[in-house]
This record gives sequence, structure tokens and C-alpha cells, in this order.
Amino acid sequence: MPTPEELKTRIESALPGSTASVEDLTGGGDHFRAEVISDRFEGLSRIEQHQLVYGIFGDEVGGPIHALSIKTSTPGGTR
Amino acid sequence: MTNQEIRDFLQNAIDENHVMLFMKGTPDAPRCGFSMRTSAALNAMGVQYAAMDILPDPRIREELSALSGWPTIPQLFIDKKLIGGCDIVLEMYESGELAQALGVEQPEEEPRAPEASAPQSGPVGLENRLS
Repeated sequence: MPTPEELKTRIESALPGSTASVEDLTGGGDHFRAEVISDRFEGLSRIEQHQLVYGIFGDEVGGPIHALSIKTSTPGGTR
Repeated sequence: MTNQEIRDFLQNAIDENHVMLFMKGTPDAPRCGFSMRTSAALNAMGVQYAAMDILPDPRIREELSALSGWPTIPQLFIDKKLIGGCDIVLEMYESGELAQALGVEQPEEEPRAPEASAPQSGPVGLENRLS
């Protein structure tokens, strides 16, 4: 069962320089909320930003990770 | 029904409906909080939309995600283009971008996303518009 810490580590290593905070929404280890700040999001549409984060976990989203709620922003500000 | 037939059916739904929402349950009986909030945002916009319940057959979700490249439900399409899931739709609702994408006026009430736990200020028109 994935933990918020594990998700945080995986996001931050997949997107070097990013900062992620991840919480387990239900305590059940399958519904998560991730807030990610990364300069990699610069110039991407919101949907592309979210797909970048979803892409880190591949098939696990929809599998062991039932739900991953995402909020993305760049160090310069929200977009 | 083969997987290909399901995929063709989904593609057709996306092509034929200006606003197409794939969700768990229906707008009047949502089966997931994320689907509920997304359809509530559309209801607040007062637009006609088509909604399809993906739960009856697990292959619907598999084929939809393969088609869209988006792993989770709900998924909102406007003019055949994937807009996003619950997080994006609610962010766009609050910023006014959703009204813009739908070509309608932002509702006059405070543009705050409807929350599952928050009391509704009035009745929300929850009607399954899937014909």
C-alpha cells in the first residue's frame, strides 16, 4: 500500500527540483491529494501539468492508487 | 460488445456531444464525490450536457482512459477536447475559465466550487441529460 511519503519521494525524484506535499485523504492508503510545485510546469497547460504527475505513477493510478487529486503550480505562481 | 465497439461508442459520444461528462453514477445519482462535484459544477453553469456512467462495465473505463490518456474518472470533454478531471474542472469553475470554455456567463452567485459537505444555497438541478 503506497504511503504519502512514498508518493512525495517519487514525485520529487521524477521532477528534479520540485516540491511535493502529499496527504492521504481517507487514511486508507488509496485516495491521495498531491500539491506539486515545479518549474517543469512552466509553459504547459493545466491538463499537461496533471498528466505529467499522473505519468509518474502509470497504471497505479486507477489501480492501487484509486484517486490522486492534483494541484500544480510553478515557483513563480499558480497556473 | 467487443473492446473496439466500446471504444467506438465512447469516441462517438465525445464527437457528438458539445459537453460530454464521463462519470461514476449519474448526475442525479453520482456514485463518487469527485463525479458529484464535477457534475454539480456543470449544473451550476446551467448548460446542457451529456453524461455517461462508466461503472456498468469495467472495460468502459479502460477504453476511455486508453482513448484520452487520462487515468481517472470523471473526465470532461468540451468540443471533443479533454478538459480534465474534478480538480481541473473545479479550478476552472472558480476562475471563470469553465464558463469561458462553455461559452456561458459565470453564474452570479459567488464563484465557489460546490463542496460535498457544504450546504447548498439552493436546489441544484440534477437531471440526467443522457438521452
